[in-house]
Amino acid sequence: MADGPVAELLLRRLEAADGGLDSAELAAELGVEHQAVVGAVKSLQTLGEVIEAELRSTKRWELTAEGEEIAREGSHEARVFRSIPPEGLAQSELMRLPSGKVGFSKAMSNKWIRVDKSAADGPRVFRVVDSMEDEVQGRLQLVRGGQAEKLGEKERSELRKRKLLTEVTLKTYWVSKGSAFSTSISKQEAELSPEMISSGSWRDRPFKPYNFLARGVLPDSGHLHPLLKVRSQFRQIFLEMGFTEMPTDNFIESSFWNFDALFQPQQHPARDQHDTFFLRDPAEALQLPMDYVQRVKRIHSQGGYGSQGYKYNWKLDEARKNLLRTHTTSASARALYRLAQKKPFTPAKYFSIDRVFRNETLDATHLAEFHQIEGVVADHGLTLGHLMGVLREFFTKLGITQLRFKPAYNPYTEPSMEVFSYHQGLKKWVEVGNSGVFRPEMLLPMGLPENVSVIAWGLSLERWTRPT
Amino acid sequence: MPTVSVKRDLLFQALGRTYTDEEFDELCFEFGLELDEITSEKEIISKEQGNLKAEGASDVVLYKIDVPANRYDLLCLEGLVRGLQVFKERIKAPVYKRVMPNGEIQKLIVTEETAKIRPFAVAAVLRNIKFTKDRYDSFIELQEKLHQNICRKRALVAIGTHDLDTLSGPFTYTVKRPSDIKFKPLNKTKEYTACELMKIYKTDNHLKHYLHIIENKTLYPVIYDSNGVILSMPPVINGEHSRITVNTRNVFIECTGTDFTKAKIVLDVIVTMFSEYCENQFTVEAADVVFPNGKSYTFPELAYRKEIVRADLINKKVGIRETPENLAKLLTRMYLKSEVIGDGNQIEIEIPPTRADIIHACDIVEDAAIAYGYNNIQMTLPKTYTIANQFPLNKLTELLRHDLAAAGFTEALTFALCSKEDIADKLGLDISATKAVHISNPKTAEFQVARTTLLPGLLKTLAANRKMPLPLKLFEISDIVIKDSSRDVGAKNYRHLCAVYYNKNPGFEIIHGLLDRIMQLLNVPPGEDKGGYVIKASEGPAFFPGRCAEIFAKGQSIGKLGVLHPDVITKFELTMPCSSLEINVEPFL
Repeated sequence: MADGPVAELLLRRLEAADGGLDSAELAAELGVEHQAVVGAVKSLQTLGEVIEAELRSTKRWELTAEGEEIAREGSHEARVFRSIPPEGLAQSELMRLPSGKVGFSKAMSNKWIRVDKSAADGPRVFRVVDSMEDEVQGRLQLVRGGQAEKLGEKERSELRKRKLLTEVTLKTYWVSKGSAFSTSISKQEAELSPEMISSGSWRDRPFKPYNFLARGVLPDSGHLHPLLKVRSQFRQIFLEMGFTEMPTDNFIESSFWNFDALFQPQQHPARDQHDTFFLRDPAEALQLPMDYVQRVKRIHSQGGYGSQGYKYNWKLDEARKNLLRTHTTSASARALYRLAQKKPFTPAKYFSIDRVFRNETLDATHLAEFHQIEGVVADHGLTLGHLMGVLREFFTKLGITQLRFKPAYNPYTEPSMEVFSYHQGLKKWVEVGNSGVFRPEMLLPMGLPENVSVIAWGLSLERWTRPT
Repeated sequence: MPTVSVKRDLLFQALGRTYTDEEFDELCFEFGLELDEITSEKEIISKEQGNLKAEGASDVVLYKIDVPANRYDLLCLEGLVRGLQVFKERIKAPVYKRVMPNGEIQKLIVTEETAKIRPFAVAAVLRNIKFTKDRYDSFIELQEKLHQNICRKRALVAIGTHDLDTLSGPFTYTVKRPSDIKFKPLNKTKEYTACELMKIYKTDNHLKHYLHIIENKTLYPVIYDSNGVILSMPPVINGEHSRITVNTRNVFIECTGTDFTKAKIVLDVIVTMFSEYCENQFTVEAADVVFPNGKSYTFPELAYRKEIVRADLINKKVGIRETPENLAKLLTRMYLKSEVIGDGNQIEIEIPPTRADIIHACDIVEDAAIAYGYNNIQMTLPKTYTIANQFPLNKLTELLRHDLAAAGFTEALTFALCSKEDIADKLGLDISATKAVHISNPKTAEFQVARTTLLPGLLKTLAANRKMPLPLKLFEISDIVIKDSSRDVGAKNYRHLCAVYYNKNPGFEIIHGLLDRIMQLLNVPPGEDKGGYVIKASEGPAFFPGRCAEIFAKGQSIGKLGVLHPDVITKFELTMPCSSLEINVEPFL
């Protein structure tokens, strides 16, 4: 059996019909809602080739609720006219009538009525003509009788502007017999069930076809954070290249490790309150490696190891100040210091990816915390060519092959080079990282041998997950 | 990085040729500069204040060039041109000379009282200089650039330049009570006391930034000439009396400060740059500074220093094989006059007073590499053989986060800094109980402390995603920070794992199930014994009474789980029940 009585009736009518039938007409004939017929058409369509249905849209004029009222009782202006007795009516009284306001101005402009302002008890309204013809009502009655086409375009649009008429689009189906037309059709099965499999009834049952255009249901799963997925990829690259991960699980750092150990002078702008988060509690580092601190003090204030130094009054208090690390290079400094204490020297490759902090106010392009990626190689006789070679391999693993290097200045590397890559989308060179050879003023006070060079590079993780 | 703005046509005129924008950009890149922007005064004003204001402004093309922060010799057109011309071997680096005047040498006497406030002073004279409008503007602009950079906004060094012909030496650098300092400052028509000036300049957008340097001192620095005329009140303002103009022929320069080395560098930069326009080009007239101990020093120092570097060291550090002669040539192009000496493998390099940035052989190596061309260096791979190791804590974190996502929870990434309210008030705790580290200088309340728990971050993430279909299941594995006096910095990170379940029902069993799954992954069996884990009824201000349990594993408490207290839920602007779990994962290493 087809689903529901409407579908069944539809099929019977269609069998008898010559060619086809219109869904709206059928609804009228059957005395049911058009929507019920449409539902029947759709359910029959899912059965395959039983029927063919062609969507047609027709436009029709219909009366609005107000239009219906006027067609029945006359226009507002007519109602106003009729309510005025021969001796006239006080304007104030007229305005209180339901049609008063709209009807009064229309009747005035039709010159059916007039106002006498000199009357003793306020303005009074009188008829001007004895009778009138209510054209608006006449026109609306035509539309109601299905003869809207008898009205001119102008008349219709005027009535529409008065919100008495609306144009509605009616979607109907023109239904005709399909190649597999039958009045007795069986319901198709939606899905295969365990019972059908065990009883074997699936062999005799028709199945509803699937709609392969529909979207599937997304799996119910958790997700990894996109930025941290990229972090994993970078970690993987470093591990593939034989780099060991440095401990970076200390957001709090002393100015000593964050700046002084890196030969960043105490008056450097990065050490300003405006750029760095300092701590109120604990405000100062409790322990520093004092003999190393002495060597760092000397290199800043007097020079040494072949350096002129910065020649200023280096202060221990300044180095003790605690802060939220501004780069993970502080962790690299700690790792290199530990490496320097191991004798004999063994070459090392280190990396880290972790959070760093800058005293910024948040906006679309500034974050107060972000992730820094850092790579370090320490060995005898490393050259600038080696640094560029390692960077080439590193970026190749990211799919970046066009690289170019620009001289730059960093306080703790010399030589320093900014890394640029050609951006195919932007059609220009964009900076992708910063790199260099750590200064001897940083390495020698740590106790690393003189002929050991340390090459390093850094980049921001966030940069790789947003359009540049 | 400081940005220098120069008129393109003036630049090309000085360089003796024109470039296309692309060609000039390329030249900058090679030399370590960056052509940041091509603009005009009109464009700048129009961008900042609208087209209307820009009307009538100059549309002369300006190049904005980024200069490395340690190259003070490139902070003006004169220096840029000299650097590039020497680099392209179109000129030889000029030699700067200090000369004695025909008459008496200018003297600046420093009194003892300056010691506590701004103890150092240096001075020099540019004799018979010829300014034009552009040269004059560049002279003023260079001082401004130096003030902003090496001088650290005048805190370390402040520069004063004066028309010497309006003054009469010797000069005295001393300190006075603010009420006793009275003079007509630059751009004013009448005299004011220092007290009045400090008030007036409070609203001066340019000068207000320098007031704090002396504001709370009882005595202010001041420089007088022999007639009692005030030259300047460093580091705030010069006197109108000795103001320099385009027509000034003899300039007296004084720099005062707290950093002697930097004061000398600043003076050297100014005089080397602008002695180009003196009648005797590149000569600077000496001035004596007499310090309180009676010792007299002559400035500017204009010291040339010699360094000897072995050619093979340069080759080895850069990774090239150039002859010593070629290396000497490359260095000479970088304004470092060099020649091969001794056994033929040694290069003697003369470091001019303009290159204060050269403090070690590595700086010389870099310049050789720049002149050679970074992009001409052969790339090679180091032979460094190492075995990679993961940091165990991060390895554990990576394993866990993948499994938590597989368990249907979505990873969040939240800020490590937050407000005191987030970690205390909103969770029903007193801030002193959190052992949080406090930031002394946050710009906003969002960054008052480092988080002591991951929960507030996840609750804020829930609040930001309230429109998403329920249930919301989030987790984060990241660090929190706790004060710890056993650590060198007095604080320690702990790696925490936190998860929340937010739905129409509290879902304690779901969060509990997640804990069971985590323990299964960590190979920790349920049970009271030392190797197992167990949860025990507990209380906590963040939890609904009777719906909180403490988690014990490896013989210690590792965290809590439970249904959050309705007060906590509402304080984080949430409306549904929520259960949470937070543990320290470090015991499982």
